[in-house]
Amino acid sequence: MKILIVAEHDNKDLKPSTLSCITAAKQIDTNIELLILGFNCDAVIQNASKISGLKKIKFINNEDFKHQIAEDLTQPIMNIVKDAKYTHVMSPSGTFGKNLLPRISALLDVQQISDITQVIDHETFERPIYAGNAMLKVKSTDKIKVVTVRGTCFEQALLDGNVDVEEIKFTTNNSEKVKFLKHELSESDRPELTSAKIVISGGRGMQNGDNFKLLEGIADKLGAAVGASRAAVDAGFVPNDWQVGQTGKIVAPDLYIAVGISGAIQHIAGIKDSKFIVAINKDEEAPIFNFSDYGLVGDLFEVLPKLEEKL
Amino acid sequence: MKILVCVKRVIDYNVKIRVKSDKTGVEKDNVKMSMNPFDEIAVEEAVKMKENEIAKEIVVVSIGTEACKETIRSGLAMGADRGIHINSDEDLEPLNISKILMKIVENEKPDIVLMGKQAIDDDSNQTGQMLAALSGFSQATFASKVEKVDSFLNVTREIDGGLETLKLSLPCIITTDLRLNEPRYASLPNIMKARQKKIDSIDVSTLGLDLSPRLSVIEVNDPPERKAGIMVKDIDELMEKLTNEAKVI
Repeated sequence: MKILIVAEHDNKDLKPSTLSCITAAKQIDTNIELLILGFNCDAVIQNASKISGLKKIKFINNEDFKHQIAEDLTQPIMNIVKDAKYTHVMSPSGTFGKNLLPRISALLDVQQISDITQVIDHETFERPIYAGNAMLKVKSTDKIKVVTVRGTCFEQALLDGNVDVEEIKFTTNNSEKVKFLKHELSESDRPELTSAKIVISGGRGMQNGDNFKLLEGIADKLGAAVGASRAAVDAGFVPNDWQVGQTGKIVAPDLYIAVGISGAIQHIAGIKDSKFIVAINKDEEAPIFNFSDYGLVGDLFEVLPKLEEKL
Repeated sequence: MKILVCVKRVIDYNVKIRVKSDKTGVEKDNVKMSMNPFDEIAVEEAVKMKENEIAKEIVVVSIGTEACKETIRSGLAMGADRGIHINSDEDLEPLNISKILMKIVENEKPDIVLMGKQAIDDDSNQTGQMLAALSGFSQATFASKVEKVDSFLNVTREIDGGLETLKLSLPCIITTDLRLNEPRYASLPNIMKARQKKIDSIDVSTLGLDLSPRLSVIEVNDPPERKAGIMVKDIDELMEKLTNEAKVI
């Protein structure tokens, strides 16, 4: 077997989800190669060359890969997969992998398996369906398995190796059909939601966006990421990339603190793999208490300042 | 311009999912079915484009059993012009769905194809991207804003970490995310009118495609349950538990 992992990165950093994807791949076979398609992404390559358990890194440096447009990445991946006879093509199931891998899958004429949470064997995987309300064990009969991996379900591979790096030349006929216009990325010094060890989220109970400062103070003391329920995002309290839940970010931190969140099934689906869940809510009947390890009934405007003081 | 909207009939999002006791799937008998909510957003966007005179015609396509006609009807009631129903009794995988849609695209020659970013039943999030790869149409997934500028569409996408805006040439495929719009409720007169609109039926076997499944279901299980823990009386007790019992801070 031979596994190709398409790295998720932004030309500066390798995303931690790529490291989780490698751990998932190791459960299939040890013959793993990482493909980095980027532009002036030396830092990414250098970082990746320390990943333990990789056989090789292949990279292509090309200006057309600057914005990771799916159209431009498809052809080089197809060339590499066809030349080197891979049995598996994998990527993390963030928006990068979701956007790209089904294209590869369709062109290889294989049926992709999305967002796996467990590797059963080299052709059998577990994945959530119905927003995590059921778990599907599914076996692929395709020659090449195309798989995206839910990062939070696998530990990150360690960075104590020394991997050979091979540059591949590729002259693109870059897609004229799609042009990049702009990014509006959230600037924050806090850790990313999906890789943070501690996450504190607010819901409709926060009442407005200003009150999220109460959570941010605590987050800064804990080194935590700040999230929100869909209700809080839809009410316009905070930007949409803060949303935790089935249709937002799936998180699995050591500690998840839900503040003023009632616990809709959509939200629970996004947090249920957390090690410990704390719920703070003034409504003692709130469903979130049925899923939390520690529940505290109380007014968040009294509780939060006290919590910050204790830290 | 012509817009093709692809819609899937799924278990209604309000229904509590029950895994069958023989573990072969989830219970679908006597369960309320509806249009996939993300596809509803796609229909709404198409109807808005027609209202803004960007599009002339909206065609709604759905693949599945006879009952899918009902789902197509609800798209027609929202404002689409006609429907295409591809009749199939099999549960088809996204790759096969995209091959069928490719046939429809070849026949209908739409300028824009719209569909939800994923269906809320199998959560695969593949069909739009697969169809884009097969057709060579420009692709924008997870759209939260679509704007026509000259002969291009500027599409803002929800990506990890924020937003990205792409300029697409036509023809293109756009998959819709939650915040693109709020789908309208069909009015009674429009529901009545939709009954007169045409739905063509095509049997999937006439398309000449090999649609054999690539995946086999081993089993479907309930997700692992989380048990309710304990209630603490105040912040001091919470801090004590987190520090000494859970050891997470």
